[in-house]
Amino acid sequence: MSTPLLVLDEISKVYGSGDTAVRAVDAISLTVERGELVALMGTSGSGKSTVLALSGGLTSPTSGEVQIDGANLAALSARRLARLRRRTIGFIFQEYNLVPSLTAVENVALPLELDGWSVGRARVAAREALTLVELAGLEARYPADLSGGQRQRVAIARAVVGPRELILADEPTGALDSENGERVLALLRRRVDAGAGGLLVTHDPAFAAWADRVVFLRDGRAIDESQSQRPLTTQGAAEASSL
Amino acid sequence: MTVRHGLLAILGEGACHGYQLKQEFEVRTGGSWPLNVAQVYSTLDRLVRDGLVIEDSARSDGARRYRITEVGRAEVARWLYSPGVEASAVGRDELPTKIAIALTLPGTDVAATVQAHRRAAIAQLQELNALKRDEHRSEVSDLGWELTLDAAVFAVKSRVQWLDHAEAKIARAQRESGALPYGLRDDLPGRGRPRAAERTPGDAEARR
Ligand SMILES: Nc1ncnc2c1ncn2[C@@H]1O[C@H](COP(=O)(O)OP(=O)(O)OP(=O)(O)O)[C@@H](O)[C@H]1O
Ligand SMILES: [Mg+2]
Repeated sequence: MSTPLLVLDEISKVYGSGDTAVRAVDAISLTVERGELVALMGTSGSGKSTVLALSGGLTSPTSGEVQIDGANLAALSARRLARLRRRTIGFIFQEYNLVPSLTAVENVALPLELDGWSVGRARVAAREALTLVELAGLEARYPADLSGGQRQRVAIARAVVGPRELILADEPTGALDSENGERVLALLRRRVDAGAGGLLVTHDPAFAAWADRVVFLRDGRAIDESQSQRPLTTQGAAEASSL
Repeated sequence: MTVRHGLLAILGEGACHGYQLKQEFEVRTGGSWPLNVAQVYSTLDRLVRDGLVIEDSARSDGARRYRITEVGRAEVARWLYSPGVEASAVGRDELPTKIAIALTLPGTDVAATVQAHRRAAIAQLQELNALKRDEHRSEVSDLGWELTLDAAVFAVKSRVQWLDHAEAKIARAQRESGALPYGLRDDLPGRGRPRAAERTPGDAEARR
């Protein structure tokens, strides 16, 4: 078997210490293979964004290990980790994180340019990605001059531009209506079917159903874990329809 | 009513014979609502009886064709632009009753009940997605079919959202007022099962 794209091995994250310590993530284990999309669901504050941040090496676990493509993130130099984040991981943040002083196309091209692509090549790829999220014509707008849903789609374009292997998406459809949301999910699904891996946080059950598996979090822990290890099945659907 | 009006509306585009009408209906609804020919003919008979459709004289090949009348056209317009039975509430959802009873049973892990149903509903949504992504279908209206599946998606999705809502409310109630009322109550009116003769139709209705 090939090395899984992402492995979370018993990771925990505690913010703060002493009386005010918050155990945001509590011993979660999770694997995302290439060609697999895994959804994370759970109530507000259950630890979903923290799991994504740990998966992308944006923060380090208090205990446990995160591996991308077999490499333990804790063992990577800052330089190699930064390169991995630029080149391998596409991150869609809950609050978009666009650079306000850059236009839409410049925002999308940024990770490619940082990675050494020529400006011209990066812009061409960025325009294509913006077209995929139906923002053709708005390339020269600054984030402040876009609607919430348009900003969100710029962030999505930035996460799927170039050769990204692992897409970490935090509520990527939060500002979108269901038809636009469905298009975004279809886009993520196509990337995953073409060999990427994806971890998707969403509150929307219809969007979570685009994933191969759904992991539910409650208070930083995965619940009914045995169920989340297997792909969703016809049997589950039969049970549901006989409610 | 939807079949009756759907067939009538299709006849508004031109005269058809029965089998042709059945096929037109099925293609336009993406194969989601199969009809049998007998059902089509009995519906046509009633449309003729009500003056919405007339029967053309038989063609040389023996197939009779049906043609919409002016009254029929008016009925199609009424159907299209005014909400009818299809707009009324759907059948009773039994899940809230199940959860309500689970809440009153000591020792039941209601959160686990909620989660089991949530997972099953998401599996159901995934099946619907798989159907939507199935590209091997033919002879059917893709957009009509997709919208029919979407309607099922929204129905199941709203069930999951209700489960999320219920879970949060139950958790809050347990946090704020401790244990929920459990066990049999002794303050309910004590009345045995009435003998069959005493049972009224109203009772039967209430039990349903
Ligand atoms: N930097 C931080 N310092 C302290 N506590 C934090 C920090 N970030 C998150 N938390 C806490 O960790 C817990 C999990 O937060 P997280 O952002 O992962 O939740 P979430 O599941 O993404 O919620 P939401 O659906 O609201 O986005 C919360 O209780 C939150 O308050
Ligand atoms: Mg979050």
